[in-house]
Amino acid sequence: MPSLPDGLIVVAKRDCPTCQLIEPLLADIDRQAGPLTVYSQDDPTFGEGVSGAHHDATLEHSFHLKTEFVPTLIRVENGEEVERTYGWHREDWQRLTGIADLGEDLPVMRPGCGSKTLEPGIAEKLEVQFGDTRLHAREIDTDADDLIEACYERGWSDGLPVVPPTPERVLRMLKGTDRDPAEEVGLVPPDLAPCTVEKVAINAVMAGCKPEYMPVLLAALEAALTDEFGLHGLLCTTMFAGPMIIANGPVTKAIGMNSGNNALGQGNRANATIGRALQLIVRNVGGGRPGEIDRATLGTPGKYTFCFAEAEDSEWLPLAEERGVPSGNSAVTLFAGEGVQGIVDQKSRTPESLAKSFALALRAVDHPKMAMAGDAVLVVSPEHSRVFIEAGWTKARLLEELETLLRFPGEEMVAGAGGIAEGIPEQFRDKTVPKFRPGGLLIVRAGGTAGLFSAVIAGWAASGPVGSSPVTREVKV
Amino acid sequence: MTQASVMLDPTGELSPAVRARLARPDSLAGKTVGLLDISKPRGDVFLDRIEERLTAMEVSVKRYRKPTFTRVAPTELKQQIAGEVDLVVEGLAD
Repeated sequence: MPSLPDGLIVVAKRDCPTCQLIEPLLADIDRQAGPLTVYSQDDPTFGEGVSGAHHDATLEHSFHLKTEFVPTLIRVENGEEVERTYGWHREDWQRLTGIADLGEDLPVMRPGCGSKTLEPGIAEKLEVQFGDTRLHAREIDTDADDLIEACYERGWSDGLPVVPPTPERVLRMLKGTDRDPAEEVGLVPPDLAPCTVEKVAINAVMAGCKPEYMPVLLAALEAALTDEFGLHGLLCTTMFAGPMIIANGPVTKAIGMNSGNNALGQGNRANATIGRALQLIVRNVGGGRPGEIDRATLGTPGKYTFCFAEAEDSEWLPLAEERGVPSGNSAVTLFAGEGVQGIVDQKSRTPESLAKSFALALRAVDHPKMAMAGDAVLVVSPEHSRVFIEAGWTKARLLEELETLLRFPGEEMVAGAGGIAEGIPEQFRDKTVPKFRPGGLLIVRAGGTAGLFSAVIAGWAASGPVGSSPVTREVKV
Repeated sequence: MTQASVMLDPTGELSPAVRARLARPDSLAGKTVGLLDISKPRGDVFLDRIEERLTAMEVSVKRYRKPTFTRVAPTELKQQIAGEVDLVVEGLAD
């Protein structure tokens, strides 16, 4: 950063009426209280006649002087700023210049205008050009005529176009968090490469996130990188699942996440890009790419992105609260999810009947003859949840009922039973077998207000300590 | 006009920033080689000789020709070559 010239500095622009008001004073100030340095942000002729007048065409000086308004008057002694004022306040200008009758014929006060350094899109450019950006990522120089194509060629894309991660965009993304860009969030499998907040921001840019999504994405990544979540195994598996994010709490409304109509579908920027950013981090930072370490036989469209918010209802405990997050706080729950299997039940009007429908559908997770393998998320729509809420059934009550309904005689489930070779080991023949391991069934409320439909999102068949367990992390806003 | 741009590397930076070329095959045994004439004069002379040499080595060869050297190859031709051969030799100059 250049050292400051001793004396007085005025930063101004022709475009600002208050700057025009004070322009005639500059020569007097230079003569009586100088030396005066004038930096004009627009017109090279502003302050003409003052020997220290400069056109700050690149805005470098305005940037280093942290100019927010014009005109700004700064007094510098021994290379250090000692006082500044902005706009025209006659008393302040008289005091800073030491000229007792400065501008006596001008109004007492006139507010200034915004500095050009703060115009939209300019601030980040200046920071990249002149500031200490604290960015450490390797710079990739390219003369490609289309940066989106350049990203494809480098293998950075999940198949859809990504937003090219220019330094300006990454800096803007980093404004979404107070965390140091160099802070390491964790090691991303399979390469176990350290992932800094900066790398998160780069991939968030590519996914199309807004800066305000960063806290949710960071929490999701932290959850995904825990040992319990088992991301390495999840991304290597031949099975379907990928990391799915369920968000709870006030942040979901603040950043406009969708928990309603088409909550599991397309069309909402926050849902779409937060889930996608997590997968891009897996791909780019971790090196987990399909056909390489990702050995999925079929995969699932959710591996592009799978993220939604719970439609919280005062009568039903939100998922995050069930999992220990205090009410009023925001959180994400990571779940190794497959695809969405709809449950159409337009006739049940009692909780007992609807719970039985749900249980039938849930039995199909992995395979109707498998048990305690994959976890599942049951997504209950508002119209279906109303059947339970009006009958006084809490989520916990529904879960209890489902656990009872989802216990099956071993003889139906063992390998070979029903003429189907698939099934659980013979040793369970005389036992009653629960479909899900304890804690393996999660219930979330989401969806539009019309439609007696709910959904099962099956988990990875290697759920639990052997593979992946759901993990909840608070979002630190 | 293109102008140089900078992007920040989104990867774990475990591989070089400059993308490596595809590795050359250890041997041509069992491979099919495409010979692409870009329609510059005497490209065929060069490629005929390459074909002679490859055929003598019992390497199978397929010949292709761009309609004109002034434009990039038509997509159909690029797709055809990619689908039919393992590597390509291109005659670039007169």
